[in-house]
Amino acid sequence: MPLLEVKDLKVRVEEREILHGLTLTVNEGEVHAIMGPNGSGKSTLSHVIAGKPGYEVTDGQILFRGEDLLEMDPHERAAKGVFLAFQYPVEIPGVTTMNFLRTALNAQRKARGESELMVPDFLKKVREVSKSLNIPQDMLKRGVNVGFSGGEKKRNEVLQMALFEPSLCILDEMDSGLDIDALRIAADGVNALRSPKRAMVVITHYQRLLNYIVPDVVHVMSKGRVVKSGGKELALELEASGYAQFEDAA
Amino acid sequence: MPAVQETVERVKRIDVDQYRYGFETLIDSEKAPKGLSEETVEFISQKKNEPAWMLQWRLEAYRRWLTMTEPTWARVDYPKIDFQDLYYYAAPKPKKTVSSLDEIDPEILKTYEKLGIPLREVAMLEGVEPKVGEEDPARRKIAVDAVFDSVSVATTFKAELKKAGVIFMPISEAIREHPELVQKYLGTVVPTSDNFYATLNSAVFSDGSFVYVPPGVRCPMELSTYFRINERNTGQFERTLIIADKGSYVSYLEGCTAPQRDENQLHAAVVELVALDDAEIKYSTVQNWYPGNSEGKGGIYNFVTKRGDCRGANSKISWTQVETGSAITWKYPSCILRGDNSRGEFYSIAISNGFQQVDSGTKMIHLGKNTSSRIISKGIAAGKSQNTYRGLVTAHRKATGARNFTACDSLLIGDKCGAHTVPYIEAKNSSATFEHEATTSKISEDVLFYCIQRGLSQEEAVGLVVNGFVKDVLQQLPMEFAVEAQKLISISLEGSVG
Repeated sequence: MPLLEVKDLKVRVEEREILHGLTLTVNEGEVHAIMGPNGSGKSTLSHVIAGKPGYEVTDGQILFRGEDLLEMDPHERAAKGVFLAFQYPVEIPGVTTMNFLRTALNAQRKARGESELMVPDFLKKVREVSKSLNIPQDMLKRGVNVGFSGGEKKRNEVLQMALFEPSLCILDEMDSGLDIDALRIAADGVNALRSPKRAMVVITHYQRLLNYIVPDVVHVMSKGRVVKSGGKELALELEASGYAQFEDAA
Repeated sequence: MPAVQETVERVKRIDVDQYRYGFETLIDSEKAPKGLSEETVEFISQKKNEPAWMLQWRLEAYRRWLTMTEPTWARVDYPKIDFQDLYYYAAPKPKKTVSSLDEIDPEILKTYEKLGIPLREVAMLEGVEPKVGEEDPARRKIAVDAVFDSVSVATTFKAELKKAGVIFMPISEAIREHPELVQKYLGTVVPTSDNFYATLNSAVFSDGSFVYVPPGVRCPMELSTYFRINERNTGQFERTLIIADKGSYVSYLEGCTAPQRDENQLHAAVVELVALDDAEIKYSTVQNWYPGNSEGKGGIYNFVTKRGDCRGANSKISWTQVETGSAITWKYPSCILRGDNSRGEFYSIAISNGFQQVDSGTKMIHLGKNTSSRIISKGIAAGKSQNTYRGLVTAHRKATGARNFTACDSLLIGDKCGAHTVPYIEAKNSSATFEHEATTSKISEDVLFYCIQRGLSQEEAVGLVVNGFVKDVLQQLPMEFAVEAQKLISISLEGSVG
């Protein structure tokens, strides 16, 4: 059974249809890249999978391990293993990163009927992961993303990904606002999480990111549909010829 | 007054009352007759076995009250209160000592259960001594005075406090046992003529707590009063007086709850704090009176006058409040910074949901030299509530070097509520430095979705964000209350979003 199946998905925001029948299948262990110009509906797709309010699904299905994802509340989807790394991670003043991580992890565990992680086990885990991502302990004591640089915010997303161990990671424009060094650290973190049990959907405008996170499958989106799919070489092709050819095709 | 004369006075009064109401029934009855008159005031005074000076004090206040009108400047809206349609005194059958959980009002137990405080902690808060070998030495003890309706039903740890020389007792007892202290300080911070509700309180207050900490003594435990309005149509008018003598320290906590009723109930308390030279008083409140139902029916009218007098040099008074209950809150815990180098602090979290109306803040009145004050106010409005911060910072012309820092932050949840900030600043001394910062923000959908995407439910997400918003103030609370307050914040915001 595929991990994620998006079937003929149609989505509206207010009166405007953004996705016009999108189909996508992702299996465990695969890394898919979704590329496309601005306004092609890439971020909408990621938001709808995660369950962000404000989108109306008018037709189609999203199945996660065969279960109807659209029937679940967003926090239930998180507990099932759907993780969205945000393009613009928000700041939460007064809530330390450490407290946030623990609250979220325990909420997910509780929803799955697992016991809360004991504090020493939790701390040990956080220390290991944050060390590998080059995240200083001091950062964990600060408010969530408050005063973090662009690179720190993205690393914090990867930290959560590592900690929550989701089976589907959607990375929304992970490279935006990052210089090459910051990008490399974040990408290394993501690559370390690749596993036969986990799938990733990497949404990006530029091919650059895919030099670091090499996908198995590349999809090109235009005007709310997947217009072409192929191997990793498709990304390079796009880099050379641009999106214009697909805009006509759509 | 000589004891003999006092007895004579008392007997006289009893005779008068007997004539008017039928003495026997009244003694058996647990309530004063409905309505307010000189007779009601006399009835209360007599119920409390008060000396004549106390009755005189009350009657003067009552007569003064008759000439006063209700204040209308606050941003709150409610139908006119019929002060003759209330009971001014109600006493439950007295329980002198509480020795096991079974004897405590199940209503309280339920309240604590809802707050998620385990029973053992309740046992602690209620002053039930744990069995031998059960006590956790790491836990600090809290002495509790429990006030039900008009009467103090239990005060715990009295003996232990006595050893330290600290007096902690119902004010009705203090009036009889320590008249010299009460007479010296009562009404010196909030005079009987102060304002409509304070004057009403002065006439009819029935109980409350009295604390005296002798010179140089650091009170060995937290003191706490737990207020509960139980009776229908009953006003609660408690009076608290805390005196920290030279070089002493005391931390005092108060908690309040009331059952759900369709009609509104009146709570008009007065709290007076006096800090002498080098003394410090820390006063914390977790107020959770019944706020009314989802249609705005019922709930407590909380019209409270709280004021601290930093009377001595280098004294300090700190108010911390977590206000989540009441249909209407009208409350401005204030500091008079009279002593040179004295310091006043006000830390506030005011949460309003449903149809609640909050008009709360503080007054920092700088009179002495080099006095300083700090105000941190966090207002959270949800539902259809209105939340106003109203504050006054003044420097007298002799208050050389006065300093104030104020930060008022408001958080809006949803689009049907309102947050308002009304700061008054007056500096009559050119060396005064006053700073004021204010922000208003809306709880962002993006922030909520971020938390929810990480596995938190909508309500857990709101709770987390709000607790972050109020963190600076929560940190000021004693640990025992901080945990309770944190839970209370989440509970009071239930159903506040979509």
